[in-house]
Amino acid sequence: MTDATATMRAPSATVAARKTRYRSPAVRGRLPVLLFFLPPALLLFTLFVILPMGEAAWYSLYRWNGYGAPEHFIGLRNFEVLFNNAAFSRALINNGLIILTSLLLQIPLAIWLATMLAHRIKGAVTFRLIFFLPYVLADVAAGLIWRFVYDGDYGLFAAISGFFGVVTPYVLADKNLAIYAVLAVVIWKYFGFHMMLFIAGLQAVDKNVLEAAEIDGATGWQKFRYVTLPLLGSTVRISVFFAIIGSLQLFDLIMPLTGGGPLNATQTMVTFLYTYGVTRMQVGLGSAVGVILFVICVTLAFGYKRIFMRHD
Amino acid sequence: MTDTSISGTSVRMNAGTRIYLYVSLSLVAALVLVPLLATALGGFKSLGELRVNPFGLPAQWHWSNYLDILFGDRYWRQMINSLFIAIMTVFLTVVASAMAAFTLAHVKFFGAGQLLNYFLIGLMFPAATAILPLFIRIRDLGLLDTYWGVILPQVAFGLGMSILLFRNYFRNLPDELFQAAFVDGCGYIRFFWHISLPLSRPIIATVGIISFVNSWNSYILPLIMLNTETKYPWPLGIMVYRGEFGTQWQLVLAFITLTILPTVIVFFLAQKHIIAGLTAGAVKG
Repeated sequence: MTDATATMRAPSATVAARKTRYRSPAVRGRLPVLLFFLPPALLLFTLFVILPMGEAAWYSLYRWNGYGAPEHFIGLRNFEVLFNNAAFSRALINNGLIILTSLLLQIPLAIWLATMLAHRIKGAVTFRLIFFLPYVLADVAAGLIWRFVYDGDYGLFAAISGFFGVVTPYVLADKNLAIYAVLAVVIWKYFGFHMMLFIAGLQAVDKNVLEAAEIDGATGWQKFRYVTLPLLGSTVRISVFFAIIGSLQLFDLIMPLTGGGPLNATQTMVTFLYTYGVTRMQVGLGSAVGVILFVICVTLAFGYKRIFMRHD
Repeated sequence: MTDTSISGTSVRMNAGTRIYLYVSLSLVAALVLVPLLATALGGFKSLGELRVNPFGLPAQWHWSNYLDILFGDRYWRQMINSLFIAIMTVFLTVVASAMAAFTLAHVKFFGAGQLLNYFLIGLMFPAATAILPLFIRIRDLGLLDTYWGVILPQVAFGLGMSILLFRNYFRNLPDELFQAAFVDGCGYIRFFWHISLPLSRPIIATVGIISFVNSWNSYILPLIMLNTETKYPWPLGIMVYRGEFGTQWQLVLAFITLTILPTVIVFFLAQKHIIAGLTAGAVKG
């Protein structure tokens, strides 16, 4: 066996050269593979991902309740309606807020925790597990747990405000506070995932560089700012990318918390799609939301990859 | 002394740093754990006690909240529904994406590169964007209110990431294996079955974990596709339960605790694999 591979490997240049010409016809069963191995994935993907996306673009030009065929063509009216709709504007702003919170609070928190856990301290593994735990839980369960936490009658907030002797705020019912309550849960739920990415990133940082900085008299903060952080560059970019894409599709967490209320104060694009498109069977309007979400996602994904991730 | 020379980075940590680290970490850990513990303990309390003492240990342990749920069939039915949907999703995702990725990695054919890019489109947008047309398609196929109406779209939306992970893995298997097998007259299908797959256990585990967790926690697809309560997976069931029992928080808390208990147990038992699996998409993708 070793002999065989050795001889195979020895004239690797000629093998590689020959491979392009001879390999394909020489291997048996190329056609059966193409005919049996590709179709299941191709069919499922086309039928349930690509076609519905195309149909969303098509339906978005109609007023349609989903029965019969879409006939009532109204051009771009659905989009016009959306951009004049206060709840949808609120949803767009909220999605923006969620992205900002992820970038400005969640990722710094994740980096801070990751750098702390990089020290060789007892219990680091346990802390890591605890911090990752919320990410493993379903959004729906996390949302319900926090609904209890925020509950003004039976929840933890009731007890906390009672302890300080202040009037219990019903945070989720307050249209000015509710979105911040939701943002806090978003951080609680997802910081562990980003922290794990940074822990993996930190493990790849060369310890000798840090040691060199230390010998040169760098303080802890300087070491972090001028050595660790630049070396974490690609991890930061990946983490930001996931934070943005994840923020845009937030739905499961909002439904048990507020369902988009009170008075649409916590709508996101997807909860708006569900409330106004799905439950009222306004297929055209809902599809228009889907198209907008799609355009935002794809533009961000492509733009971001183009600008920030060229070298990764 | 030996410790410092091994760790390299930090010379012996002084007491101040140590205290700072432990205090900060414990504070964050408390913020994570307190809501979870309060939920689990709340399930043992009476509603009246919850009102005055949501944080502490229950004055009297009301086991009946938990036992009633465990001896009813509602909880188990939801768990079994979720399990069935998740297992089928994992199985179909692994099979379909491994086969497609194998073809894309090893068989040379016209348009292979474009086909990979086609699958990667799926990574860029969430299932929610096309949820209404998807609903209409499932309805027209007669799959509404069946498990398959949930499973098939879940598989389809998992394909992008799974194919990417499988393909990268297959391509990193040593090329000598292929040369040797093909010279010996082994065809693609035998090669896939006897060589690629047995060597791919780590990546099968990764893809399996990602699609299992996604399916187990999935909410929006079953919400839209299912409307018979006996078919509901647990995230839907828990919302119905909460709607029914409203402000009887002690029951709702017990129900939440029991539904997340399997996740927590499995997470602590297989934490290494689960963390590696769930972050693999970001690290390797």
